[in-house]
Amino acid sequence: MAADLASFLGHWILPALLLVPLLGAGAVLAIGRVAAPGHALVASPLREIRVLTAITLGIEAGLATLLWLSLDPAAGGWQAVVDLPWISEWGARILMGVDPVGGLMILLTAWLMFLSVVGSWNAVTHKLRSYYVLLLVFTSGCIGVFVAIDLLLFYVMWEVVLVPLYFVIGVWGGRERVGSSFRFFVFTMGSSLVMLVAIGALWKSAGQGTFALDALVGAPGPSTTAQVWLFAGFFLAFAVKSAMWPFHTWLPDAQHEAPTTAAIALGIKVGAYGLFRFAMPLFPAAVTHETVRSVVIGLGVVGIIYGALVAMVQPDFKRLVSYAAISHAGFVLVGLFAGSVESVQGAVLVMLSSGVTNAALFLLLGILHEQRGTGMIANFGGLARVVPMFAVMLTLVSLASIGLPGTNGFVGEFLVLLGAYREFPVATFLAGLGVILAAVYFLWATQRVLFQPLAHEANRSLRDLNRREQAVMLVFAVVIVGLGVAPGGLLRHIEPSARKLVARVESRGRPSAAPVPADPVAPPVVPPVVPPVVPPAAPLAAPLALPPSASR
Amino acid sequence: MTAPVADPAFLTRALLPDLVVSGGAMLLLLYGVWGPETEGRRRGLLLGALVTIAAATCATAFTAATLPRTGVGPLATDAFRWMADVVILLGTLLTLMVMRDHAPRARWALAEPAVLVLLAAGGMMLLAAARDLILVFLGIELMSVASYVLAGIDRRNPRSAEAALKYFLLGAFSTGFLLYGIALLYGATGTTDLARIGQALAAGPSVMATAGLGLLLVGFAFKVAAVPFHLWTPDVYDGAPTPVSGFFATAVKAATFTALVRVTLVAVSPTLVPWNEAVWWLAALTMIAGNAFAIRQRNLKRMLAYSSIAHAGFLLVAVATHTPAGAAAIQFYLLAYALATIGAFAVLSAVGEAADGILHARRLEGLWQVRPGLAMAMAVFMLALLGFPLAGGIGFFAKWYVLQAALQAPVPQTALSIILVVATVVSATFYLYVVMVMFMRPRPADAEAPAPTPAMTRLVIATAVVVILVFGVYPTPLVRVARASAASSFPAGR
Repeated sequence: MAADLASFLGHWILPALLLVPLLGAGAVLAIGRVAAPGHALVASPLREIRVLTAITLGIEAGLATLLWLSLDPAAGGWQAVVDLPWISEWGARILMGVDPVGGLMILLTAWLMFLSVVGSWNAVTHKLRSYYVLLLVFTSGCIGVFVAIDLLLFYVMWEVVLVPLYFVIGVWGGRERVGSSFRFFVFTMGSSLVMLVAIGALWKSAGQGTFALDALVGAPGPSTTAQVWLFAGFFLAFAVKSAMWPFHTWLPDAQHEAPTTAAIALGIKVGAYGLFRFAMPLFPAAVTHETVRSVVIGLGVVGIIYGALVAMVQPDFKRLVSYAAISHAGFVLVGLFAGSVESVQGAVLVMLSSGVTNAALFLLLGILHEQRGTGMIANFGGLARVVPMFAVMLTLVSLASIGLPGTNGFVGEFLVLLGAYREFPVATFLAGLGVILAAVYFLWATQRVLFQPLAHEANRSLRDLNRREQAVMLVFAVVIVGLGVAPGGLLRHIEPSARKLVARVESRGRPSAAPVPADPVAPPVVPPVVPPVVPPAAPLAAPLALPPSASR
Repeated sequence: MTAPVADPAFLTRALLPDLVVSGGAMLLLLYGVWGPETEGRRRGLLLGALVTIAAATCATAFTAATLPRTGVGPLATDAFRWMADVVILLGTLLTLMVMRDHAPRARWALAEPAVLVLLAAGGMMLLAAARDLILVFLGIELMSVASYVLAGIDRRNPRSAEAALKYFLLGAFSTGFLLYGIALLYGATGTTDLARIGQALAAGPSVMATAGLGLLLVGFAFKVAAVPFHLWTPDVYDGAPTPVSGFFATAVKAATFTALVRVTLVAVSPTLVPWNEAVWWLAALTMIAGNAFAIRQRNLKRMLAYSSIAHAGFLLVAVATHTPAGAAAIQFYLLAYALATIGAFAVLSAVGEAADGILHARRLEGLWQVRPGLAMAMAVFMLALLGFPLAGGIGFFAKWYVLQAALQAPVPQTALSIILVVATVVSATFYLYVVMVMFMRPRPADAEAPAPTPAMTRLVIATAVVVILVFGVYPTPLVRVARASAASSFPAGR
């Protein structure tokens, strides 16, 4: 089935994914300005603009689903490849392709944008047209990040997503919007420029002829020292973007001020994906370098604990969610760098579920914010009696964010801990503490919001979720529970990619440790199972499908 | 190869584009002083200027197609010169179009500035062609003398007069450096021909020659406004009429950089340590100081002046690479920078000064609400100057080109690359400030609506935006041309 679908989608699916939002943006710009014959011009057709945006993003989500269904996890290379000449003088090409992990991130982005626009239907009331145009442009750029496998193209896409978010936060954000949007832009752009220098140096060392990821991975890499420096350049950009401690400071401000959809967009773990896709395969010697590895895992663990501790004392629920995301970013970091197949799979799952729970939480908090104009936890209390459906959803999503077994949050974090334990027991133990702390801050916060006496009169007149919001939340609930109880299919899909990454890192990182099979320069098309670290390639997905006996 | 160089017919043909521009300027001068300046006459002036520029462009294309590249002689006939001519003519054209709308509103005559701009363009094109220090001097003087008058063209405005005087005094001073440097080099090598100076210096320069090169570099640094020789720039750009400032920031800079590149690649050996170190420090200081001083500027013309200083620093990084790739990067960069800067000055001209003659950032507050098109164009220009991909279009590729030239040079300029990147991050603060003011501040209640943007200015802004964005997606043709022109003009690093 997947093969038929793949041949049907062929090479048009990725361009379509990039173009559909842009076409939608053009339509949003035109609607109401270009009069249909027999109809008067509408000055500001609010409803039409919203509907058109939702339809566009709906199509986009549908396309992303098609792409996901067509992907064949067993195929080693890139799928749905598009390869067009671009700047031939520098060897840059418009080279796009996905593997299951890229497909998963596209699926996540398209659906989150769709659901968040539908779920926060009335959140923005002024300058609607520009707002939705920017969101659509962001969607296109963000998907561009996930499909680019040419480094220059990737960099362009990577930077481009900043502009729409900058404007969305700065124009439609809360009281501190200007400073927050500025910090967001300068932090991310500054760190990305360091990556640009690293890209340039890498391009030079590979003979100045290509930016293609595969070619750069296959080229004889620079020396270990050079790799460490170049890796640092990439790492900085990715760590800032995915708000890993200590580069996280922009995120809580930006997410707090941003309108709901932008806050959700900020929660997509683009940076972690960049680590997975680019930084780690390009610089295996740096990734396996003892110091680098311990530093990065150390950063991850500190991020987990720090994020959790700061979240605990946040008086504002939105900021609490941001710090939870910083904590999750730590899990991703630990998982990616622990270097076992399970932990990498877990990291990818954390990327996914952090995006999902983050989105659901921001949608719910946005609904509160719209009615009360505040997100301070102290302003609520006893909501469970007023808005029962809202309360159920908030509880469910909080539990997922904590990582309760049976929710999506559990699977990823558990896999990370499982995969990291063998080599990094202390770090794993500390990271495990983060899960407990997460339970403390989330349960405490939901308790203060939902239960306790109804102290504030204003809260008595809150409305519960309406039909539209119910539908959106239902989708989230299905994903949260579905991934929690049956993650097997998903894990099987991303396992080959994870295995490929681990093999790549190990094969080049430790040339002397084990007899390296075959030609060490050849890119690992069929990843050999490298004996020393990965234990007998156990069937990974199967045993994890059943909810294990709760460990906390 | 050598025969046609001294041939007057050859020299005339090689100078054809410059002659067309200067001749057109003379005719326009006659037309301009014929009677009182009316709207019809202004239209005629612009038409005449456009015809002159079109003719000069055709002459450039014709000469480029028919004349072979010669390795010797006072006039270069290589692709590098033709590319520079195109950038200069483009900058002149856009400036004249904005000026045509600006002059009647500012109540100064159009005839004299139009003629002066064309004369300056003639000097710049000579500068781009010069392969002899005497011609370099002639070109710079022709360009500069016209510029001094242009700065003071709004003579009823004391700020404009002050700008002219400052520009004149410091410009004359710097010309002195240049001339002294040329004299010392002539004394040391016995020639003013760049290639022969290069041969004479190859054995190792004498103290006299080193001093001459140093003074020459100081002269150039004044003209391109490199730190610490930049002090005149903010005052001049602030006081001069807005389109004139745009002209200074783009065409003047483009021509001077073309000459500087030629001097560097032809006369100076890559191993000449004092020169290379001096250029390195100029580049580093200019990038750091230019951007740092721009941060606190709220007077937009001064901000753009510091921005132009900063960009001179970025261009100097490419000069410091001492490679044809660096020369190609400079040509690409100059085009991108010229479009964005002239566009930005055109927007400022459309917004207009406050009653006190100062273009404070407050004038742009909430511009998005009243003139969305103008605000979006300005945002594109700011992002282009920042070097941001796609939204800033070609600006990103320009910066990347400089960066990659610096990284791939035989002696990689890694430190300069890092400084370039850090300086770019710093520059985000003031470029984004402009964007923020336009989009994220409310329009003040007492602010009068800006006058409708005149047609020519609108055309300039639209052209600049379209070119920036189109080449921002697909820069390949420009990269190809820039690379080929530099490679064919400076073979084997010469």
